[in-house]
Amino acid sequence: MLELTGIIQWVGGIVTSISNSLGLPQIIIDIILILLIAVAIFAFLMLMALYLIWMERKVSGHIQDRLGPMMTGWHGWAQTIADALKLLQKEDIIVANADRKVHYWAPIVVFTACFAVYAVIPFGKGMLAADVNIGILYILSITTFTTLSLLMAGWASNNKYALLGGMRSASQIISYEVPLTLSILGVVMMAGTLSMGKFVELQGPYIWKWYVWPQFIGFCIYLIASTAELNRTPFDLPEAEQELVAGFNIEYSGMKFAMFFLAEFLNMFTVGAVTTTLFLGGWNPPLPALAFIPSWVWFLGKSLFIVFVIMWFKWTYPRLRVDHLLSFAWKVLLPISFINIILTAIGITIF
Amino acid sequence: MNLLVFYILAILAAGSAIMVVTMKNIFHSALFLVLTFFSVAGIYVLLNAEFLAAVQVLIYVGAITILMIFAIMLTHQLFSRSLRQVNEQVIPASLITFIFFVLSVVALAKTAWPVSGGQLPEDRIFEIGKLLMSEYVIPFEVVSVVLLVALVGAIIIGRREKSGDTK
Repeated sequence: MLELTGIIQWVGGIVTSISNSLGLPQIIIDIILILLIAVAIFAFLMLMALYLIWMERKVSGHIQDRLGPMMTGWHGWAQTIADALKLLQKEDIIVANADRKVHYWAPIVVFTACFAVYAVIPFGKGMLAADVNIGILYILSITTFTTLSLLMAGWASNNKYALLGGMRSASQIISYEVPLTLSILGVVMMAGTLSMGKFVELQGPYIWKWYVWPQFIGFCIYLIASTAELNRTPFDLPEAEQELVAGFNIEYSGMKFAMFFLAEFLNMFTVGAVTTTLFLGGWNPPLPALAFIPSWVWFLGKSLFIVFVIMWFKWTYPRLRVDHLLSFAWKVLLPISFINIILTAIGITIF
Repeated sequence: MNLLVFYILAILAAGSAIMVVTMKNIFHSALFLVLTFFSVAGIYVLLNAEFLAAVQVLIYVGAITILMIFAIMLTHQLFSRSLRQVNEQVIPASLITFIFFVLSVVALAKTAWPVSGGQLPEDRIFEIGKLLMSEYVIPFEVVSVVLLVALVGAIIIGRREKSGDTK
C-alpha cells in the first residue's frame, strides 16, 4: 500500500530512458536526477513548514482553550498559505544604516543550511537522498551555520535589540551544542556508525530494540538541548518578546522575514526527524505486523509527534532566566550526559 | 568533472582568503573566512575525506569563527565604520608573508608526493577511529591534555578579572 520504496530508482529509470533517447551524456542525467530529488525535498519541506505554522497555531489555541485559526477554509487549513502570499507581496525594507550585503545574505544562509540537512534524512524505506557514512556528523556541522546566520542578521541590522537577540541566541546555541552532541554520542557508541541509514536498519521493526530505551537519558537530554537550540520556550530568551521585541529578525520584513520564520519551523521538524532516526527507529513500524502502513507514514507520524511535544513545552512552561539557562546547561545537562556516556560504555562492554 | 569542481573550490578558497585580508570591515573579513573554511572542507570531500570535512566545518566554522565574531561584537567600536584591521605594520607583515609564500612554494615543488597504492577502506571512519585509539593514541592524548590546559587557563583568566571587579 503506497510504499514509495523504489521511488528514486523509478524516477531515475524514467529520466535515464528519456535522456538516452535524446542522447545526453551520463553526467547531465546525474545532474537532472540530483536536481529532481532536491526539488522534491524542497517542495515537501515548504509545505511541511507552512503546515507546522498552522499546527503551532492550532496547538497553542487548543492548549489555551481557544480554537486557533478558523476562518480560512475548514478549521483554517489555508491560513498560512494566505499569510505566505501576503508576505510575498510586502515591501522589502532595509534600514538606512544596515550592512546591506550581510543583511541580504543572512536569511539565505539560514535557509540553505536548513535544507542541506535533509540530504541525509531517511524519509522512508529507500527514501534517503544521500547515505553518506558521516550522516549525523554532517547534520551537526551544517546546523552550525544557523548560529552564523543569526549573528549576521543581528549585526547587519544595526539595531541594539537585534544585536542583543543575535548574541543571546548564538551563545545559547553554543552552550547547548555540547550536551546535544554528547547525548548523540551514546547512540553512536551503541550503533557503531554515523550513517543515518544504518541507524534505522540497526533498530529494526521491534519497538523494544529502539535506542530510546537503553538511551533514555540521552533521549531526554537531546530533546531538552534541541529545544534550547531552537530558541523555543522555556529557552526562548533570544526572542523574548516582552524584552527584545523579537530578537535578531526585528529589522527584517517581507519575504526575508518569512524565510527566517520558515527556517525556524523547519529546524523544529529537523529535530523531530533526527530524534526519530536516532532514538525512535526511524521509518520502522513498532511491530513487524504493522508494516502494512507505509514506512514514510511512520516516519512522519513519529517526527510530528516530537514536534507536537516541543510545541506542548512552549505553551505550558514559563521562560527561564539567563543565568539559570546557562547553569542548567553546564551544571546539570553536561554532567548527566557524561554519566550517560560512561554508563553506555560499561553497558557495551558487559553485553 | 572532479578537476572542474576542484578548480572552482580552489578559486573560491583562495579568493575568499584574499578577501579576508583586504576587506576594510573586520566583520566582513570574518564572514569571508567562513567561506574559505567551507571551500577547504569541499576539497576534503573531493579527496574522500568526509570525516575531515565535517570536522573542519564543525570546528572552524561552528566554533572558531563564531568565537571571532563574538570578539568583534564585544569590542567598543562596533558600529563605527573605522573598525579596520590594517595598522602600521603592513609592510613587515607582507614581507614575512611573501617569504613564507616563497618557502612553501619551494617546499611543495621539491617534495616527491608518493601515491599509496592501497584501496580505500569501505568504512573510513571506523579505520580512523581504530588508528586514533591504537597507533596514534599518544599524540591524540597529548592534544587533549593541551586542550585541557587551555581550558583551565581560560577559566583562571576569567575568574581573576571577576574577583578584581568585585573586591
